[in-house]
Amino acid sequence: MVLGLLRKSAVDVPFLAVLAVITVLVPLSNLALPESSPLHLSTYTVTLVGKYLTYALLALAVDLVWGYCGILSLGHGAFFALGGYAMGMYLMRRIGDRGVYGNPVLPDFMVFLNWKELPWYWYGFDHFWFSLLVVALAPGLLAYVFGWFAFRSRVTGVHLSIITQALTYALMLAFFRNEMGFGGNNGLTDFKDILGFNLQSDGTRAALFAASALALMGAYAASRLVVESKLGRVVAAIRDDENRVRFLGYRVEQFKLWIFVFSAVLAGIAGALYVPQVGIINPSEFSPLNSLEIVIWVAVGGRGTLYGAVVGAILVNFAKTVFTGVLPEMWLFVLGAIFVLVTLLLPDGLTGLWRRKEQAA
Amino acid sequence: MRPLIFGMGRWRIAMLIVMTLGFCHAAADPGGSFADALARLKEAPLTEMGEAVDRLAETKDRGVAPVLRALLDGRLYYRKDDGRVVFGDPAEDGLALVDVLDGQALGIVGKFELKKIGINNALRTHLRETLGRLELAAEDAAQRLKAVEAMSKSLDEENLELLRARLDAETDAKVSEAIETALALADLSSNDKAARIAAINALRGSLNPDVLNRLNQLLDKDDAGQYLEPDSDVRHSAQVAVKSIESKLALYRAVETVFFGLSLGAVLVLASIGLAITFGVMGVINMAHGELMMLGAYTTYVVQRLMPGHLDISLFVAIPAAFLLSALVGIAIERGIIRFLYGRPLETLLATFGVSLFLQQLVRTIFSPLNRSVATPSWMSGSLEINGALSLTLNRFYILMFCLLVFAALLQVLKRSRIGLEVRAVAQNRAMAKAMGIPTERVDALTFGLGSGIAGVAGVALSQLTNVGPNLGQSYIVDSFMVVVFGGVGNLWGTLIGGFSLGIANKLLEPYAGAVLAKILMLVFIILFIQKRPRGLFPQKGRAAEA
Repeated sequence: MVLGLLRKSAVDVPFLAVLAVITVLVPLSNLALPESSPLHLSTYTVTLVGKYLTYALLALAVDLVWGYCGILSLGHGAFFALGGYAMGMYLMRRIGDRGVYGNPVLPDFMVFLNWKELPWYWYGFDHFWFSLLVVALAPGLLAYVFGWFAFRSRVTGVHLSIITQALTYALMLAFFRNEMGFGGNNGLTDFKDILGFNLQSDGTRAALFAASALALMGAYAASRLVVESKLGRVVAAIRDDENRVRFLGYRVEQFKLWIFVFSAVLAGIAGALYVPQVGIINPSEFSPLNSLEIVIWVAVGGRGTLYGAVVGAILVNFAKTVFTGVLPEMWLFVLGAIFVLVTLLLPDGLTGLWRRKEQAA
Repeated sequence: MRPLIFGMGRWRIAMLIVMTLGFCHAAADPGGSFADALARLKEAPLTEMGEAVDRLAETKDRGVAPVLRALLDGRLYYRKDDGRVVFGDPAEDGLALVDVLDGQALGIVGKFELKKIGINNALRTHLRETLGRLELAAEDAAQRLKAVEAMSKSLDEENLELLRARLDAETDAKVSEAIETALALADLSSNDKAARIAAINALRGSLNPDVLNRLNQLLDKDDAGQYLEPDSDVRHSAQVAVKSIESKLALYRAVETVFFGLSLGAVLVLASIGLAITFGVMGVINMAHGELMMLGAYTTYVVQRLMPGHLDISLFVAIPAAFLLSALVGIAIERGIIRFLYGRPLETLLATFGVSLFLQQLVRTIFSPLNRSVATPSWMSGSLEINGALSLTLNRFYILMFCLLVFAALLQVLKRSRIGLEVRAVAQNRAMAKAMGIPTERVDALTFGLGSGIAGVAGVALSQLTNVGPNLGQSYIVDSFMVVVFGGVGNLWGTLIGGFSLGIANKLLEPYAGAVLAKILMLVFIILFIQKRPRGLFPQKGRAAEA
């Protein structure tokens, strides 16, 4: 049944196949090939591409709500960051007494702030399974509560976009506070190992890369299933004419709520995979600019396609890496131009160009 | 020890000012009686010195007080070679001299070249009295007030006598109030119970912090829990007085909080009122609005750099300049981008966000990423002292006024001008307006230009409150959208009331929750509020609301 659904879109099977090949080949070329080989990929590159893949997963989540449900969320960075913080808390607990202050119970920043005991909401993060649970639950719960309020009272369009932006802005301000107990300004960093594997070692990096690629594949397949299901059809109908769907007897807010929560959980998982690879999570991940950037990845790739979001996220971030390396002051000009040009000239994104050509042929 | 030194320093500065004033006067009349009296003072033996001091005081010259003060402090010398009377202040190798008569600095000399004009204890008392009387009789009321305040710190019999004498002659209400307070404070420690209670009752309305301290001392207990003040009637009156003072202080604190809230609200209103036009009237989300404010702020900076000598009038040049620049940029954005995206609000949001990034980086490239400092004109600095407990900073006050002015002007433009009529027509029903011959495209461009221009003007105001940097706009964009959404889209009055109420609520919360938490609470409140009333405080009614 899964394959049957997947076959409906001509892109899905090759797309997943490419991802699967990458999942195997990239870690192999890093671990198995000697450094002198021209096909060898450095650990830096592996981690960089791994980071792109988590961004791609995040873009996929935004595409689900924006491309399929018409909800332009300017706050998905918040769900991403929450997932990242949950993973970061686990990694902090793993440090144990290897911190600068060598305190076996408290993380360094709490010792620094003169805290005497671990706050209650840090309990449980010693266990990996508990952290994974929170990675999904924290963003999911926030999305559920927020969405329940917002959709029930029919906040739509730009109003919704603005309050999602306010949401992530408020969270950013909150996480900047030292009193919150999440490391304040500096966030969580200085991680040592995950499940006992050294985070700096090539093998762990390669494994994290593979995990990101697998998560992206899984999320892609799951999202495809969702959007092709009956629920997905209703969601797309809501995007096209919300009132008509409501008059047909569907409970619009329920559909919106579930797709929003699903998307938030995907974003949280992306954040959880992102943090061990970059080695830090801090409140700037909540900044409204980050959330807007995610939207532009989707727009560049082409929304409402799923694969477009993945392509867009990887392309834009690759461009960002190149530009911030070569001409740092040019990057914001380029990003600004992308925002303007894509919305004006490429409403269907880059993959839309390709689709248009195919239809013409 | 430290505050004392600091206090002395303040006195020195005040004296320097007084001195320079005095010298101008003295220089105009070099051979006058002041110089003669000074010469007598120098030559008089200790026994005749009192008389010499009186002679000097009688000249009523403005230079008298500094001379007497210097004499009292042992800083008055005359040069052995030419007999010139000088002030001498300790410097690195010797004493730095300043001529008493003409204020000239005479360089640094060793101690042995000078003779100090010495005094004894009897003379010291006499000097203090004379000085007190002199300062209390100063022409400037502010100076008299300072003298009274200085005397209140050491209320001995002499000072009290002087104050009582002055009270009868005093014409200035503030000074007499200060004298009365000082006298009542002295009466607190008298032995007569009735006088003490009368004094407490007289102090009931005072906002002087010393008064509250003294009254609270009357209510203190010792370690054993016994009142230090044995008389229960006195204690009772003191309690009543303290309560009345505290409730008064609380009232003024509340007024001050409301003022701070209003001024924060004024900033919010200024920032969001342009947005209310573009978002409210046209339905266009302009994420570059904050950057248009930033352009206004930078315009102020550039204007100040271009006319360095004319700081006081620079703002009056900057306001129209900022309006024009931002309006032109706004019209360019509308013509170049937004008009292709009408009816697609989410795309408009993204495209204008791109513009905002572009403008930010442009400013960063031209002016550097560092904050630029914009000077405050002299007429805007300082504060408006209403009474001891309440003073309002002038720049915030002016910005509040400015905000109301801009709002009123905008309202008039929309209500009474041709373009205002057209803007409202297009906002209500675009197709119908077009059918009636209104050039809707031109109206769109002008409306957007108007909203953007107001953003620029808001930037000028902001430059007087915060740092001018490339991120200036970003920090206001979320807030100003909140204000517009809270007030009700498409309603200028809603924006005004929304801005002020959010400002005041924020400042009311701040003492309890801290600045950051107050802001978070406000955001959460608005998010919840929109759930209840999705169209804001003052929703648009009628057919226009359905569009």
